[in-house]
Amino acid sequence: MTVQNKSRLTVFVLAVLVWAALTDIRKIEELIIGLVVAAIVSLLAGKFFLTGERRQRLWRRVGYGVYYLIHFIWEMIKANVHVAYLVIHPRVPIKPGIIKIKTNLSRETALTVLANSITLTPGTLTIDIDPAKKILYIHWIDVQSTTVEESTRQIGGRFEAILMEVFE
Amino acid sequence: MKSVRWFLGLIILAALFYANFVVFQGDILAKLINVYLFSALFVLYRVLIGPSAADRLVAVDIFGILIVGLLAIIGLANENDFFMDIGLIWALLSFIASLAFAKILEGRSLDD
Amino acid sequence: MIRETLGMSLIFLGIAFDFFGVLGLVRLPDVYNRLQAATKCVTFGSAGVLLGVFILKGFTPFGFKALLGIVFIFLASPVAAHVIARAAHRTNIPLTPSTVTDQYADDQKTQKK
Repeated sequence: MTVQNKSRLTVFVLAVLVWAALTDIRKIEELIIGLVVAAIVSLLAGKFFLTGERRQRLWRRVGYGVYYLIHFIWEMIKANVHVAYLVIHPRVPIKPGIIKIKTNLSRETALTVLANSITLTPGTLTIDIDPAKKILYIHWIDVQSTTVEESTRQIGGRFEAILMEVFE
Repeated sequence: MKSVRWFLGLIILAALFYANFVVFQGDILAKLINVYLFSALFVLYRVLIGPSAADRLVAVDIFGILIVGLLAIIGLANENDFFMDIGLIWALLSFIASLAFAKILEGRSLDD
Repeated sequence: MIRETLGMSLIFLGIAFDFFGVLGLVRLPDVYNRLQAATKCVTFGSAGVLLGVFILKGFTPFGFKALLGIVFIFLASPVAAHVIARAAHRTNIPLTPSTVTDQYADDQKTQKK
């Protein structure tokens, strides 16, 4: 079985499971519609799901993924309290600016997850990514340092070590 | 001057919240829906006066996410789960619309 | 009983954060700052409301739809914010006067030369 067909089969099974969760699967009409829709979806877009690279030390990576999720939710709660404080303060004490940070991640998935995490955590918003030079441009609502190294340590350092374990 | 405006706004908001949660007689979910509709008024204010096109785009994008929560609470109040379907599809469409408008704003064509 | 208390308190928290986010959309000075406040707070608030609905409803179709909504919001809203911010910067929408640095514009200029 080729990698593409394996990927299509995985998408098909997942789609049928989601359909079973959303509707009453015991009726025969729902079951038929669900199978047809899952087949169409997996034929059209199924080949992008698995890329067929070697997967080593899967359980260790899943463990780091769960740890990353918990860490991320905690950072996100801090971010929201910080923004709520800024918004209800009478003088709106912000000091915005656009800075850039370096990253060591190379896989596209890892870069996307890093950029999305930076957007959802305290005071930072990813504006652009330069994958060739591995530079992220970030709008920071409360600039504390303008050199590349210092801001890399303050912004990217929170996630990069864990993402390295998960994706690389 | 600015702090005077801030204080006035605080008083008005506190009065409105008092009116909503204490004076207004109704179900607790109805009170929460009122808060949501008031937030939606703020978003529409930004859509109306936003100085540039990007401001309006931001407001519309945020409105799409806000609506999902509102529809979830309406569904909870009516004991109907098809409101959640509407919410999911609304979120999908508003996400795609945001991407398309941002591309047009940037001056690129859609198949880029 | 404890399930209802937990769900309702999550819904209250979510609505409070939604309101703060929208307040930020009105009060903050330029596009990028508004995008920051609005994206973070409204995403977190809506996700909180949906999680509360899931806890109240349990493993019914309603609850599953709420869970799907959480996953979708978390994937979609940072991407939309990133695209809007980049489009705004490319069309030269000015930053607020109290901005400290703008290294993105500096780099764009050096690339054009």
